[in-house]
Amino acid sequence: MNIVVLIKFVPDLVEDLEIDASTSLLDRSFLRLIPNELDEHALEEAILLKERLGGTVTAITVDFGDVDETLFTAVAKGTDRVVKITGEDFSQGVSNEKLAAIFQGVLADLPCDLILTGTQAVDDLDGFVGALLAERLGLPYVGYVTKIDVQDGKLVARKEYPGGLNADIEISGPAVLGIQAAEKPPRYVVTSKVMEAMKKASIDEQEAGEASVEAELPVQRMSLPETGARAEMIEGSAADVAAALLKLFRERGVLA
Amino acid sequence: MSDIWVVIEILRGEVKEISYTMLAAGRQLADGLKGKLSALLIGHNAQALASTLGAADRVLCVDHADLAEFNPEAYLRVTTAALQEHSPRLVLFGHTAIGTDLACGAACRLKWPVATSCRTFAAAGGELRYSSLTCGGKIIAEGPIPEPNCLATVMPGGYKAEAGKVNKTPAVETLSPPALDGVRTRFKQYIEPPAGDVDIAKQPILVSVGRGIQNKDNVALVEGLAKALGGVVSGSRPVIDQEWLPTTRLVGKSGKQVKPKLYLAVGISGAPEHLEGVPEAELMVAINTDAKAPIFDVAHFGTTCDALKLVPALTAQIQ
Ligand SMILES: Cc1cc2nc3c(=O)[nH]c(=O)nc-3n(C[C@H](O)[C@H](O)[C@H](O)COP(=O)(O)OP(=O)(O)OC[C@H]3O[C@@H](n4cnc5c(N)ncnc54)[C@H](O)[C@@H]3O)c2cc1C
Ligand SMILES: Nc1ncnc2c1ncn2[C@@H]1O[C@H](COP(=O)(O)O)[C@@H](O)[C@H]1O
Repeated sequence: MNIVVLIKFVPDLVEDLEIDASTSLLDRSFLRLIPNELDEHALEEAILLKERLGGTVTAITVDFGDVDETLFTAVAKGTDRVVKITGEDFSQGVSNEKLAAIFQGVLADLPCDLILTGTQAVDDLDGFVGALLAERLGLPYVGYVTKIDVQDGKLVARKEYPGGLNADIEISGPAVLGIQAAEKPPRYVVTSKVMEAMKKASIDEQEAGEASVEAELPVQRMSLPETGARAEMIEGSAADVAAALLKLFRERGVLA
Repeated sequence: MSDIWVVIEILRGEVKEISYTMLAAGRQLADGLKGKLSALLIGHNAQALASTLGAADRVLCVDHADLAEFNPEAYLRVTTAALQEHSPRLVLFGHTAIGTDLACGAACRLKWPVATSCRTFAAAGGELRYSSLTCGGKIIAEGPIPEPNCLATVMPGGYKAEAGKVNKTPAVETLSPPALDGVRTRFKQYIEPPAGDVDIAKQPILVSVGRGIQNKDNVALVEGLAKALGGVVSGSRPVIDQEWLPTTRLVGKSGKQVKPKLYLAVGISGAPEHLEGVPEAELMVAINTDAKAPIFDVAHFGTTCDALKLVPALTAQIQ
């Protein structure tokens, strides 16, 4: 099975996010970008499938600052081919509608049986690229997938519902699946393996073609949430805070 | 063209709570625009559920044996056909495993824009606006809902589901489904949740652990604290996905909704998907080194003390 995985770079949410006063949008100039967590799960699921069924894994990302290391890490994990889409200023944010159109163009030259994305990226706003891409390619889309199997020549996607319930959905032919979690936690590779991949592998660059887009969502303004009710903060050393919490738990009858 | 539609979610014959949240939102918007509110009810032998959707002016039922359980491609066809024909101003879907499979595909087919993760909407002077929560709850994005048609996925939190539960009998109409031959997806079976573990939804004291605990070994610290408090350990998604805790302990959108007397969140950022699971703890305390973590917007008490130091200190003092 030949599998394509799309990897998006998103703001590291542990860092402070700022709003650019002139655009009223997220200030992207100093953002630390990391691969979207669910995309790492998508890559893991792809590699697990390849290990089980054979075939190839291709990881695609858009040219977005420092993506090379992530792509070489993907190679070290078992990805066969890594592709970077260039020719567009992706750093300022491109609508998902347009991204889907760009991926459609790139995939036209890259026949595959299965396309995996993350179910959603932490910073999305205007649709899921996987679902939009599926429509453009005329393929079915199933999101919230936590396991993929092949039975009787058909894909079976395990779809997650709340509370631990899952449903198996059978799919005939190729599909785009949004991964919610891989069957196993994404594997870790040591730095020496990544260095080795850097020496041996190369990143293919592909130009983004003309992308025509019909419906985009305008984002006018972003802001940091301001809530009236903030937690009452307890300061001090670990021992001080522990004592204060102990007192609180007793007052509230949580502890005898 | 001022009609609002809600795509109702049913799972195993039950209307999901998000449907009522959407009806509450839809009712406000329809009234604001002086339009009508319609609920699209897709399923098999599900018409009886229409009587629970009284917040809507009318319920449009689509019935077919192939629609008995959620089937992404079949439901997408049905939804798109109905929207194409009726062309409502705004269509609300759940920001859920069902709603997001449909909303984005329908958007592409209809060539209508889609806004995801919406929490609230506003209708003023005939203009509609959305407000979404993105970046793990750290950013609010707002904008106009483009004319003439738009789709949106809705997260809980902005509207009370109770407001969408109205004891009225809506008008019921039947829509015939489009041809469903050649559908490539098929519902096969449900896989039941694992049984046998404690039910975190019923526990009065939960010590909930997040990625901030850093590694599996440190989870034992939190287990020690839970034990000292006479409670149970639960966790956020990354902790469960990394197999530091079993899936039965997951709190949030994809896990369980909990309502403990004490919810002690240790190294949890407070992403919207997590907070969906803790709507009403009597006492919520958060330990998180990031003073800007969204968890502090909902916790009653908080501290930016390092959990790796505080948790052992607290355990020792309790003992
Ligand atoms: C469709 C979907 C469904 C989801 N369902 C769920 C769900 O059901 N439940 C759920 O939890 N998530 C769910 N998520 C994931 C959710 O979006 C977040 O990614 C997740 O909740 C983050 O978990 P976290 O807070 O543990 O980790 P992070 O967001 O990484 O936060 C870790 C926190 O620990 C703090 N920290 C670091 N070191 C320390 C220290 N030494 N002491 C104290 N604090 C420290 C950091 O400041 C940070 O705030 C879902 C996501 C999607 C897309
Ligand atoms: N800019 C991008 N580059 C690569 N993959 C992307 C990009 N945007 C979205 N994707 C893929 O689509 C998934 C859903 O993202 P989103 O639509 O932004 O929620 C991601 O998890 C990625 O797999």
